[in-house]
Amino acid sequence: MEDPLHGYGGEVRRVLEELGLRVGDRVRVVRGGEVYEGILMPRYALAGKQIIVVKLDNGYNVGVKWEPGVRVERAEKPRQGARRGMLSAEVVFPPPRMAEDKPPVSIISTGGTIASRVEYETGAVRPAISSEDLVHIVPEITETARIEADILYSIFSEDMTPKHWEGIVEAVAEKFRKGARGVVVTHGTDTMGYTAAALSFAFRSLPGPVALVGSQRSSDRPSSDAAFNLRAAVLVAAQAPFAEAVVVMHGETGDTYALAHRGTKVRKMHTSRRDAFQSINAPPLARVYPDEQRIEIIDGRYREPGELEVENGFDDKVALVKMYPGITGEVIDMFVDKGYHGLVLEGTGLGHFPNSTIKAIERAVEEGLAVVMTSQCLFGRVNMNVYSTGRRLLAAGVIPGDDMLPETAYVKLSWILARTRDPGEVRRLMLTNLAGEMNPRHTLELYPRWYHG
Amino acid sequence: MASLDYEKLGLMVGLEIHQQLDTSRKLFCRCPTRMVDEEGGVFERTLRPTQSELGEVDVAAYFEWRRRRRYRYQSPTPSSCLVEDDEEPPHEISREAVAIALAVAKALGARPVDEIHVMRKIVIDGSNTTGFQRTAIVAMGGSLDDEDGKVRIQTICVEEDAARKIEEKGRTVVYRLDRLGIPLIEIATGPDIHTPEQAQRVALKIGQILRLTGKAKRGLGTIRQDLNVSIRGGTKTEIKGVQKLELIAKVVEYEALRQLRLLEIRDELRRRGVAEDMLDTPIVDLTKIFRETKSRVIRRALSSGGRVLGLKLPGFAGLLGREVQPGRRFGTELADYARFWGGVGGLFHSDELPAYGITGEEVARVREALGAGEGDAFVLVADREEKAREALKAVLERARWALRGIPPETRAANPDGTTRYMRPQPGAARMYPETDTPPLEVDENLLKEAEKYVPEPPEVKLKRFTEEHGLSRDLAEQVLRDIRLDLYEHLVDRYGDKVPPTVIASTITSTLKALRGEGVPLENLEDHHIEDAIALVAKGAVAKEAIPEILAYLAKNPEAKAEEAAEKLGLTKLTPQQVEEIVSRIVEENRQAILERGERAMGLIMGRAMAVLRGKADGKLVARIVREKIAEMLGKT
Repeated sequence: MEDPLHGYGGEVRRVLEELGLRVGDRVRVVRGGEVYEGILMPRYALAGKQIIVVKLDNGYNVGVKWEPGVRVERAEKPRQGARRGMLSAEVVFPPPRMAEDKPPVSIISTGGTIASRVEYETGAVRPAISSEDLVHIVPEITETARIEADILYSIFSEDMTPKHWEGIVEAVAEKFRKGARGVVVTHGTDTMGYTAAALSFAFRSLPGPVALVGSQRSSDRPSSDAAFNLRAAVLVAAQAPFAEAVVVMHGETGDTYALAHRGTKVRKMHTSRRDAFQSINAPPLARVYPDEQRIEIIDGRYREPGELEVENGFDDKVALVKMYPGITGEVIDMFVDKGYHGLVLEGTGLGHFPNSTIKAIERAVEEGLAVVMTSQCLFGRVNMNVYSTGRRLLAAGVIPGDDMLPETAYVKLSWILARTRDPGEVRRLMLTNLAGEMNPRHTLELYPRWYHG
Repeated sequence: MASLDYEKLGLMVGLEIHQQLDTSRKLFCRCPTRMVDEEGGVFERTLRPTQSELGEVDVAAYFEWRRRRRYRYQSPTPSSCLVEDDEEPPHEISREAVAIALAVAKALGARPVDEIHVMRKIVIDGSNTTGFQRTAIVAMGGSLDDEDGKVRIQTICVEEDAARKIEEKGRTVVYRLDRLGIPLIEIATGPDIHTPEQAQRVALKIGQILRLTGKAKRGLGTIRQDLNVSIRGGTKTEIKGVQKLELIAKVVEYEALRQLRLLEIRDELRRRGVAEDMLDTPIVDLTKIFRETKSRVIRRALSSGGRVLGLKLPGFAGLLGREVQPGRRFGTELADYARFWGGVGGLFHSDELPAYGITGEEVARVREALGAGEGDAFVLVADREEKAREALKAVLERARWALRGIPPETRAANPDGTTRYMRPQPGAARMYPETDTPPLEVDENLLKEAEKYVPEPPEVKLKRFTEEHGLSRDLAEQVLRDIRLDLYEHLVDRYGDKVPPTVIASTITSTLKALRGEGVPLENLEDHHIEDAIALVAKGAVAKEAIPEILAYLAKNPEAKAEEAAEKLGLTKLTPQQVEEIVSRIVEENRQAILERGERAMGLIMGRAMAVLRGKADGKLVARIVREKIAEMLGKT
């Protein structure tokens, strides 16, 4: 923490500064006859309230209001007998044993805190910073693989851009070149689906699996799903027969199995549940049981390991536009005027945008933008021949996105436009199933049975 | 057992009282605060210890994890949601719960903090799906008046109740989530209590203040007590989970006794010249001595690949068999350590051998192998080698502590008032901030909300009881001191217009006392039993005289309903016509006496009538009919 008085402002900050106090120092605050003594804590609340947060010796934090008359002073550390042996409430995790005979798996960290430790005083979470750290926190993974870990980025997944995808592709490629059996990429969950799709397109062929993994409960808590997911991802990287980019996350709310989802078909479908990630319009590739070290294939139609073939590069002049009642052509015009190269539309139903916007869409196509239609229904595929609006959109040059997820179509268009801007070629590639992003057969069980009593 | 002189012992006790609150929602979600009788959806989880920056983990958490414990959660939809399932972040803290805690703070003269910060307290027995309990200090300071002096209040917290344990099958523990998240208020006192009786009384008083907010839940398990006990020269021991108020005094007494006995053992060891450096004895493999043993426990361990390991405790002869609490010996204390740290089933010690199939000859060979003389004790553990070794290391460590005094421990209360070792006292790594929920400022609005729960001061109550309820001052004071004070108020509120408050008051005070004197198992009697009995009187189904018998019946048959009790006991009230018929018959049978004594026969006839009608008819009604019938008879002649 750079600011020694993190979160403190105004008068209270001045008082603390005058005393030369820093977060972590021992402090005594006397207010209204009550004495609050303990460690000065950082303030995370956004409001600039004049409150001093103290961690008392019983472990609790309390907020004490500062106002004239309140006494603040530096306090001395109480003497403490060292605790040892049976008395100590803490033990240290046993060091893991690195087995040389296990398949080599690389773990690339891009952010999030899939393996971390807690600074108990402040509650700050510190991510693992090295292979040793990582395997010390989740020692079980050494039973599955010989682990090598690196940090590529430390960013929130909402801050990922197509540039970061390129960086991840390169880092993963490098690991395979150096002989990794499989690669695990730890990633914040919000945009993990996009990155998974990006890897799926960029690797035309892979020697082994790439498992993206994250956690929905941060790893600073005992109930975190991080270790379970990581163990499952390492198992996939070390043993899975497929050579694709997949997302490996909890398969249900309990800690029983994880699912490996194809990177082009996976979507985060819940804000907070462990099993937020689901395959849409396709079955997941496999069930993964980390406790039993077992992988159960659900869909046998996967890409087999091959030579490493990378086609990296994404066009960041692509946008994803969601239709809403009342949307006007101006929204489309804006992207055209700003010099964008492609648009993925997230239309309604079978793939519709209001008739009033068709002129703008026609103009976009004429100006050379690739325009792709997907559906905000997510489930099912677009069919623009059923209604006249759809037919008019097709006539305007819109490319139907079949059953692709809007996010996947967006990533795909970004990847294609970085290779070619030729409208015919873009259209051909968009209509071609490049990485399992389209499923030509939808059967009944692919649509979830929602609760209805 | 001779009673202890607590003043001489320097007994110090602090209490932590936990009371469930009857709020409209749980502390961190919108679920109602009630238990249900269904399982709902089921899922299985594991918990793992989180590491501190130094890689340290909570020891109890570590052992649970190493045992590969699995937790199966039942999540019934009427009373639990994704928050309890640990699938959704906590909602903002219940203002109602905070307001109630602030009200209690006011009643105890405690000072509210200015901003409430929610903390996570690591609890890895699976009883919290998150692996921690959310808890926050609401107020500090204040005190409670007690006959034996002021008892300071240290902290007043609100926290989440844990899930309730349904069963344990092998390494799977089953919990139901309906109870998880129900708000608890926790009141911790200073170590200002000096006798077991005082501990129980202070617990009762605090319980009463809590109940007087009108927001305390009632019934078994809604209030729980933890105790911190020490004697001079001893160590503060935390005792968890005393469910019954009546047990508090006994737990305190037994803990004082345990510390006293352990200090005696220490002194004896010192007298014998045993020093800590003598306790570096090696752990010895004694398996070959037991190849042909008749001890079933050892045979079973050996046949599944285990070993027998032994440890000499120099100078400890005779001490392992010493009782530290009724039925618990110093050897039991060592065994607790072996179980916790080694995960073994138990141990054998020299003060109890030969026995359990272990022969005198085997004992002699063990002594020889360990080099243990007359004055030495030894301990044996039969299990997988690694476990047995860990167990004996813990035994040795505990034995070393015997020379220093009493190790700081967290202990669990047994139903008989004795305690057993549970784990070391938790360290600093146990509590860290809950970052998912923002701090709550204690502002004017919140304090105003709290006002409506502040319990009425006793003097105001006394006045109301005498003036409005018509209780005598004596009875009013009795009610005020009674544990069921809140029940009294509740019953007067509900039934006061049909049942005189004096009847309710004396039911709660003298009737129950009398029943206890008769040996009726009052511990089975819950508030709802008493309420049902009063309700029957209010309905006119039984006479007030029937209350004691109904309560006695319900205490013996807690599953029964008051109505059933009345019927079974033949106490169902008779109609005035039925009463008249019975009185007529009695008057007729006593014609001679009435004619002789005239009006003065009233007493005699009344006595005979009530012998038949007690509990089945109101006394006043009987008296009126008796008087009428006598007058009638005298008038006729």
